[in-house]
Order: sequence, then C-alpha cells, then structure tokens
Amino acid sequence: MKLLNYTSVYFSIALFVIISIWAAVFYYTMLIEIYDSIDDGLDNQKGLVIQKAATDTSILYKNNFDETDYVIKEIPAGAAVNLRDTYVDTMMFMQNEKSDEPVRLLKTVFLQNGKYYELKVATSMVEEDDLVKQLFISVLWLYFGLVLSIIVFNNFLLKKIWQPFYQLLKHLKKFRLDKPEPVTPIKTKVDEFSILNETVQKFVQRNVDTYTSQQHFIENASHELQTPLAISINKLETLAEDEQIKPDQLELVASALDHLERLTRLSKSLLLLSKIENRQFTEASAVNINELTQKIAADFSDQLLFSDLTLTITEENSCIQKMNIDLATILLMNLVKNAIIHNKPGGFVTITINSDLLMVENSGVEKQLDGDKIFGRFHSEDPSMASTGLGLAIVKAIGDLYHFKTSYRYEQRHIITIHF
Amino acid sequence: MKILVIEDEKGMRESMVSSLQQEKYVVEAAADFYSAREKLEVFQYDCILLDIGLPGGNGLVLLEELKKQNNTEGVIIVSAKDSLEDKVKGLNLGADDYLAKPFHLAELNARVKSVLRRKKMDGSNYVTCGNLKIDTERRMVWVNEKELTLNRKEYDVLLYMVINKNRLVNKSALAEHVWGDYIDDANSFDFIYSQIKNLRKKLKDNEAEIEIQAVYGVGYKLMS
Repeated sequence: MKLLNYTSVYFSIALFVIISIWAAVFYYTMLIEIYDSIDDGLDNQKGLVIQKAATDTSILYKNNFDETDYVIKEIPAGAAVNLRDTYVDTMMFMQNEKSDEPVRLLKTVFLQNGKYYELKVATSMVEEDDLVKQLFISVLWLYFGLVLSIIVFNNFLLKKIWQPFYQLLKHLKKFRLDKPEPVTPIKTKVDEFSILNETVQKFVQRNVDTYTSQQHFIENASHELQTPLAISINKLETLAEDEQIKPDQLELVASALDHLERLTRLSKSLLLLSKIENRQFTEASAVNINELTQKIAADFSDQLLFSDLTLTITEENSCIQKMNIDLATILLMNLVKNAIIHNKPGGFVTITINSDLLMVENSGVEKQLDGDKIFGRFHSEDPSMASTGLGLAIVKAIGDLYHFKTSYRYEQRHIITIHF
Repeated sequence: MKILVIEDEKGMRESMVSSLQQEKYVVEAAADFYSAREKLEVFQYDCILLDIGLPGGNGLVLLEELKKQNNTEGVIIVSAKDSLEDKVKGLNLGADDYLAKPFHLAELNARVKSVLRRKKMDGSNYVTCGNLKIDTERRMVWVNEKELTLNRKEYDVLLYMVINKNRLVNKSALAEHVWGDYIDDANSFDFIYSQIKNLRKKLKDNEAEIEIQAVYGVGYKLMS
C-alpha cells in the first residue's frame, strides 16, 4: 500500500469516529436548545392567554384548537390541586400537512373567579426524523469533504515535502552493487531527510567498498596462489622423476600432485568467476550457438565414448547470441561437462537448441535435485568427486551477466535450460 | 641450444632450469629485470622464457627491446597473471607463445621444443624416436617408413610422449595438453588409461620400438 493511501485510510477511519461522536453530541445539544426555546414560547403564550381570559371571558369556553393554538376547559377544584405545568410531546392533526404532526403541548391550570380552568397551549415542533436526516446528510457531506481535502492535501504534501524521500527511493531502487552509480545527494531542509540521505550515502559507499575489495580479494588471492602452486607442482614433478624414488613414495607424491591439481583448478575457476562478475569480458560478437555446440560436442567425443554415453543435438532453430566467445564456450562446455559427469553408464545427453533457448537433458541419479542449490558455489551432490563444485556456478554467473534465465527441473531426467 | 630463463621466483626458476637441463640444453637464468637485460644485450639465445612481473621492471619492456632488435623469435611468456590483456600484448610484441602458471614441466618442455622446432624450420620438421618418425607439420607418423594411421587425439598423445621421452609425464599434464578442459576431472585417470591402451596396441601391432609405461598414480613414461 502506498504511503498516500495508508495515511488516507487512517485519516478516514479516525475522522469517521470523531465525526460520528461529534454528530451525536451536536444532535442532542441542538435538541435541548430547541426544546428550551419552544418551551419558553409556550410559557409566554400561556401568560398571554391567561391575561386575555381575564378580560374576555368568552375564551374560557374555547374547547377547540381551531384557528388558535390553545384550548381551555373548566375542571373541578379537586382535580386541579395536584396539577403542575407539564410539557408533553404529542401528535396533532395539521390542516396543511393533512396528517398528524408532532406538537409540543403545555398543560397548565389557572384560577379565575374562583373556578379552575385547564389550559393547553400547543405549538408545532421540529420533526425529529427530518432533523436527524438533515443532520446526517450534512455530516456525511462534511465527512466526505474532509476526507477528500485530506487526500488532496496529503497528495500535495507527499509530493512536495516528501519529494527528497521519493528521490532517494528512486535512487536506491536503481542501485546495483555490481554497477555502482553514486547516489546523488538530495537538497532538503528537513532534518530527518538529510539524516536519512547521509546515512544512505554512507551505507551505500561502505557496501560498494566492501564489495569491490571482496571482488578484488578473490582475484588477487587467486593470482597470488598461482606461483606457489606452480613451484609445488614442479618440485613434486621433479621429485617424481627421480630414479631413486620408491614406488610407495611415488604414490604419495602422486596423491599430493592430484590435490595440488585440484587446488589449481579451484583457484582458476574462482578467478574466472570473479572476472565474470567484475565484467572483465567486455568484447562481444555474434556467436552461433549451434555451431559452437557442435564443436564442443565433438571435443567431448572421446569422453562420451569412454563414459558410454549417447549425445544427441536437436537443432530446432538457429541461435545467434551477442556475447563474448570465450564465455559462450565456457558456458556450453560446463553444461556438457556437467551432463557427462553426473550421468550413468549407458546414459544419454540431449541438447536442444531453439532461437532463444538452450536445453541440456541428461540421465543420472533418479531423483530431483535442489534447483536452487545446484547453481550455488561449492555445491556438490557427491563430495567424493574431484569436481570443484563451481561448474554450474560459472554457468549461472555467465547467464546473469547476459541476463539469461538459467533454470533446472527434473522430469525423469535432469534438465537445465538457458533462456536467452 | 641455449635457453634463458627470466624468472624472479627462486623455486620456480630452479625447477625450470633443472627440467630444461635434463633435455641437454645450455640453460642460463636471470632473476631480475636488469640482469636479464644485461644477458640479452650480450648473448644470443634460441629460446627465452620470460616472466612478466619482474623486480625492477616489466617483462614486456624487455620484449619491446627485443622487438626493436628484431629478435623476438623464441620468446615464451610465462606469467602468473593469466590475463588475456597480457597475452594479447605479449603475442603482439612478437612472443611465440604464452604459458600461464602453474604449468607442468612436461608442458614447458613441449612448448620449448615446439618453439625450437619452428625456429629451425629450414632444418626439418621431423621428430624421430627409435624407428618412429613424426612429421609435425603434416601430422603424420611412420614406423619403419610405413605410415601409421592415428586419430587426432592419439597423434597428440604420441607426439607429447615422444617430445617428453624418457621423462615421467604427469597424467594431468597429458590430459590438459591433449584434451584441455574437455575432460571430466573425476575419472580422468581411467579415461587416459583407456586412450593410452588403444595407442599402445596400435604401436605394438605396427612393431614400433617404443613403449609407453604406466607409472602408477602419477602418469606415463615413453621409453625408447
């Protein structure tokens, strides 16, 4: 949810509650005020009628409202004793509305010439339901008006005041560690934003520094390893050539050599990985994947024959990709090699080439492998094998470099797909 | 044949020198930029093994100087920095070959021999070993003047073994040289063994007077 919508939702909920309470309170205060005013009017009317009755006795027998708003009726003294002024809400037929309408009625008793008279004064009342309806509509208007202005105002505020924040957000969204572009400082008068800005700048810079030094560390470490490795291998080779060496000693030398070879392969693969990730392969040309696959398959022919594997290449379409030729070769080679290594005698390797897809299928262990892990570094299904566990990591790195989608799935055979 | 090894790492230099001496070459060594330059100014060498990162200066500068004298033939760059840039630069300056560290002594020997062979083109491009004759130009092999048909890889294996005759060739050196990266590291030993077995049979059937011995665990040795 966007910040704008988020705050708007909160505001509308809060306003809803506040305005509802306010409307209720307002309604009752209003009502009390109205009654007060009406009752005062009735009281005044009462005084006027009693005054008039003192001079004009004819009205003492007016027991119908008719055109006036009062009635008078003589009552026995016994009934009059306990009577006080009472106000009641009642209904009365209104000529104009042709229906019973609410009225406020004042019932009182007065004494004239030793006789008690009951006086009823009525006045038309506000229609409560009309009032409630009117109030409700007004409140609703007020509510929507407020919410709307909050949204508009908020929108404006967010756009204006929060602009540095959004600018920063845009920078961060585009930011990539492997392709660092400096996050341009944002001009702002708001303290919080300048702190945020400063913190982000520092944070980004530290990350870039760490990343670069790590990248270069791998590269330098691999380079530095080459010479001692070379010396060790060559010394052992010299030792192995010694005529005096005994067979069991030779075996030890051979084993040490094997492990040094493995170390060499490992450091070369790491170096390659870091070179790919450091984007040191800049040259690119149109590479014919079909031709390259055929060539690589031919180069693996001895290995295929030895491992008793059948390789089939299905070329559905010709596939031309603009990429570095060395990386294209490494990509295909690692894929085919992987399919050969993790296979079984009498198995198969099938390569399908489409204009935008390369699919390598192979037989092997009959179980689904973890698709997320197999492209990771140093992942090995069988740790006893001499492989470096970097082959598919290199495939993935090359794929990522050119924005190819690399995926694995299992359908009674292992399938690795590169979507160009 | 006179060879100069320009290499600052002592251990590296010693191994290279002793390996080359085994092939009966006259080998001299220089450990830094200035002594290398001095030697290059005074003497003529058939082959120069040149390290790029040297104390006192870059090996490529020495190469540039050699180029000015039109004397770059027989230079093999040996570098720990397996960088394409250095390789391209070196080869453009006239170096014959580029060898990345770490390498096998057998590979060094093969590269040196190949450079020397190319240099003495006026002589012959035949390599002989016992009753075996190899034409490295046309990639043909004869046993007692009778042609021996080999496939590409068998030829590569045989030539490599012949060049390194009487030397112990590490199996991974052989694998790297012939198959490059196109080999499954996990069972390379069995794989190479099967390839050697085929080659041996062909040699035996054609009565070649050479024998490829397996040295258990390490590799192979061609005896003549």
